[in-house]
Amino acid sequence: MRNGHHLVGRLAALAVVAILAAACTGSGSSSPTPGGTIELHALFMKQAAYSDTDVQNMTKAFTDAHPNIKIVPDFVAYESLHDKTVTDQVGGQGSYDLVLIDTPWPAEFAKAGIVQDITDKIPADFKSGIFDSAWTAATYNGRIYGVPWINDTKFFYYNKQMLTAAGITSAPKTWDDVLAAARAVKAKGLVQYPLVWSWKQVEAVICDWTELAGAMGGADFIDANGNAKFNTGGGLAALKFMKQTLDEGLSNPASLGFIEDDVNATMSAGQAAMALNWTYGYSVMNDTSKSKVAGQIMVVPAPGQGTTTSAGVNGGMSIAVTKSSKHPDEALQYALALASEQSQEMDTANAFPMWKASFDKADVTKANPDFFAAAKVQFDHLVARPIVPYYSKLSSALQVAIQNALAGKMSPEDALNGVASKLPDLQK
Amino acid sequence: MSSMATALRPRRWRRPWPESWVAAAFIAPATVVVLLVVLVPLVRAAWMSLFDISLVRPGDEPFVGLGNYLDQLTSPDFWAATGRAFFFTIVSTALELALGLGLALLMDQPLRLRWLLRSLIILPWALPTVVNALMWRWIDNAEYGALNALLTQLGLIHQYQVWLSNTDLAMWMVILADVWKMTPLVAILLLAALQSVDRELIEAAQVDGASSLQAFARILLPLITPVILVVLVLRTMEAFKVFDIIWIMTGGGPANSTQTIAIYAYQTAYQGFDFGRGAALGYLIALIIMALAAVYLRLLGRTGR
Amino acid sequence: MASVVSPGATAEGPRLGVRRTRASVRARRLLRAAFLYAAMVVALVVVLAPFAWLLISSVAAPVDLLERPLRWIPAHVGFDRFSALTVGASPDDTSLGFRAALVNSSLVATTVTVVSMIVGTLAAYAFARLRFPGRGWLILAFMATYMLPPIALVVPLYQIMSTLGLRDTPLALMIIYSSFVTPFVIWIMRGYIDSISPELDDAARVDGCSRLGALWRVIVPVAAPGLLSTALLAFLLAWDEFLYALIMTQTNASKTLPIAITDFIGRHGVDFGLLATGGVIAAIPPVLIAFVFQRYIVAGLTAGSVKG
Repeated sequence: MRNGHHLVGRLAALAVVAILAAACTGSGSSSPTPGGTIELHALFMKQAAYSDTDVQNMTKAFTDAHPNIKIVPDFVAYESLHDKTVTDQVGGQGSYDLVLIDTPWPAEFAKAGIVQDITDKIPADFKSGIFDSAWTAATYNGRIYGVPWINDTKFFYYNKQMLTAAGITSAPKTWDDVLAAARAVKAKGLVQYPLVWSWKQVEAVICDWTELAGAMGGADFIDANGNAKFNTGGGLAALKFMKQTLDEGLSNPASLGFIEDDVNATMSAGQAAMALNWTYGYSVMNDTSKSKVAGQIMVVPAPGQGTTTSAGVNGGMSIAVTKSSKHPDEALQYALALASEQSQEMDTANAFPMWKASFDKADVTKANPDFFAAAKVQFDHLVARPIVPYYSKLSSALQVAIQNALAGKMSPEDALNGVASKLPDLQK
Repeated sequence: MSSMATALRPRRWRRPWPESWVAAAFIAPATVVVLLVVLVPLVRAAWMSLFDISLVRPGDEPFVGLGNYLDQLTSPDFWAATGRAFFFTIVSTALELALGLGLALLMDQPLRLRWLLRSLIILPWALPTVVNALMWRWIDNAEYGALNALLTQLGLIHQYQVWLSNTDLAMWMVILADVWKMTPLVAILLLAALQSVDRELIEAAQVDGASSLQAFARILLPLITPVILVVLVLRTMEAFKVFDIIWIMTGGGPANSTQTIAIYAYQTAYQGFDFGRGAALGYLIALIIMALAAVYLRLLGRTGR
Repeated sequence: MASVVSPGATAEGPRLGVRRTRASVRARRLLRAAFLYAAMVVALVVVLAPFAWLLISSVAAPVDLLERPLRWIPAHVGFDRFSALTVGASPDDTSLGFRAALVNSSLVATTVTVVSMIVGTLAAYAFARLRFPGRGWLILAFMATYMLPPIALVVPLYQIMSTLGLRDTPLALMIIYSSFVTPFVIWIMRGYIDSISPELDDAARVDGCSRLGALWRVIVPVAAPGLLSTALLAFLLAWDEFLYALIMTQTNASKTLPIAITDFIGRHGVDFGLLATGGVIAAIPPVLIAFVFQRYIVAGLTAGSVKG
């Protein structure tokens, strides 16, 4: 027994020495920037719009004008963007000066003290010149937490050859038209499942559902008092519609595991006639090296329903300056440069500019005038996912509920009511 | 350089260190590398699990006592995820044992090409888990997957099926991927056990008129039972912790149908950012695994090992 | 058959019986062999087919992979993805990330193997050869850490590494991996050392060797195959790890291969071929190790499991 104590004591003594040794060599990781150069770390998303190359081009214009600033960009997949941001910024000691944020996040990030309120630092011409919907994507409680950078929504794509073969000559204007077209395509045996969606248990399914809800009675999912409204009206109608298309064999059941890229691939393979997707889908599905139906894929504003002419989910993203940034002014300058009219007009193949004026410039729109026209219509009809501090949890709960309903495990009513009843717990 | 020191030195060298000092010196590095890296977080996790800590609510971390544990133990989500983990564990372990035993017996037969199987069988096990998961995700792809293509071309199904996006099939597909990778390990271990059995025992039994099935059941099986049990323990505890293969193949979906307890804990901590609840969940999982270990240790003890 | 009834029929009876039995025995043997060979072919196909498909996918042109009905043999074959990911000039962001991950994974797995082998073998020697109080408890403590689910430790480890400024560094992964590879090394090496006769190192110590000397001059040479087995398994364990890396790594500075490859999913939903290529490259080291050093791997695995 006495020996046992000795052993433990000796072990502890040796361990302490070892820790001290390790601790002494472990410190001193902060690296001062040489020669007055300012280094800004920015977290971006890996995507087609804007791509790494686009970001580099936009950045080059900025760093040419500000040679003392160096930009270090990081690109992560959308799926990890939110989580990386939160975990990096925890405790105000994050490594990023700028982070890209999605429409529903300003509330959560503002409350968590991750992003800075920049309401009073936005130049007036930015406020008036950029689409209102783009500002929605950066605003919470009337305060602005990001500089809009990408204005996007899900457009309606269809395979013209297939619809024509099914006897449909004009693009669907309502979701009822879509149903009718899908039934016609199916009846002709042109394709097994005319519709394909991104309904995987990730944010993608919320985007499709929100867009449908916007057309089918509104997507104001949470009222001003924090009560659930998604389980009635547009939210419920949209879910019932989604389920109906599955039951009728019009929607590809694999949609429950698909994200946007899978939708592009399915359309490109000629295995679906109609789909919703973001702006970049147009060039992917019409790219001869990736698509078997290149040239056949048309794009129009997303359908409406009843009195709604069109509704699109607000897919805008903005660039926020973090609270942990040591150079917030320079960071803001950089964000504004990325959002400038000039930067925004650099690549219009995969993303539309956010500036209203750009849509009237012939040299900008000439690449695809029809698409620009469709976009101008739809950008006036955007609906946003709820901008609430507990959005991540709400979204996760809704993803599961929607999938439960789609898989037939629950009725649409029960599924959405279940989330509504859990709302107080999510808001905690 | 006093004469005292020179006089002392040889004596000190001659006397060996006491054994416990030597042991302490030998074990100390491992203690630092292992126990410190594990114990410090373990204590910290215990402490954190008593608070309501949320990353998106800094500075507001009330003490909740055992509240996080009670929340989980009364949450249907927790029990559903635990149930899925047990389902995965039981089905995959049972399949791996059954198939592994079959493969081991096959490789033990004096067949001409068995060296080929013996040398290739290890490959699935060596494939990194992440690559295995991605590979099966690709094979099970509903639109372009090899599985649909193969089954259709063989005439076994008439139209392409949805595998990973089907709430009733997803877990089975994940299990299939796990069984493909881990059965070889079981087979290799059981083959080694079979080879250590004295052949004369079986020949003697066969001379006595026992069929090969009888010889297997009466002689071989009891002799390799201890190894089977050990493999069972190892596989069960690995399987209950399952994370990567599910995370990559389905992310826990569709509709949470593959959300095992480890996935649930990860989502709570890193997507809900409830670090307090996440820490409590970690402890609950560790407790379940330790309980499994204790049960198995008793089981092994009873068979005389 | 037996239409001719001869006077010797009764005498023939038993012999005929024997012949029939022999025939049926031969038939049964043939049937059995056929069954066994069939089973072996099935097993081989099941083992190899997924690998084959992974390889085919990695060299097939993107459009070939989207054919329906599927083309098993692609019309266009090219190794451009392999060169793009590894040695090709002007790498894009994905390739740069992948190359960085290759370096990180090699660095982390090698360091972890070396560290764990040294500290693990020392401890294993003490547990196998030395008698001291608290030995049983310490062994149990080490084994218990190996059984702990990583998910129970990630949250506090993440915070600790953040506080130490080690998040997103390979060093953090090396520290964490060593903590679960070392118990594994102790577990297996203790078995190997146990199987070596203590008289060997006693003899060495009589010759004036210290304990460390005995370990180095006697145990290490004798247990060399065991050390090799253990080191290979340790390397595979570190190479394979996913959950800790998922949480601790942020950028190319520390991302390991499992993370870099899963990053492909979000970014290249369409080009499954690139995923397959990344997978093939990541699988080459462990698969090669397992194939070439098969005997040692199997020995190590057996040693690990036989010691209940």
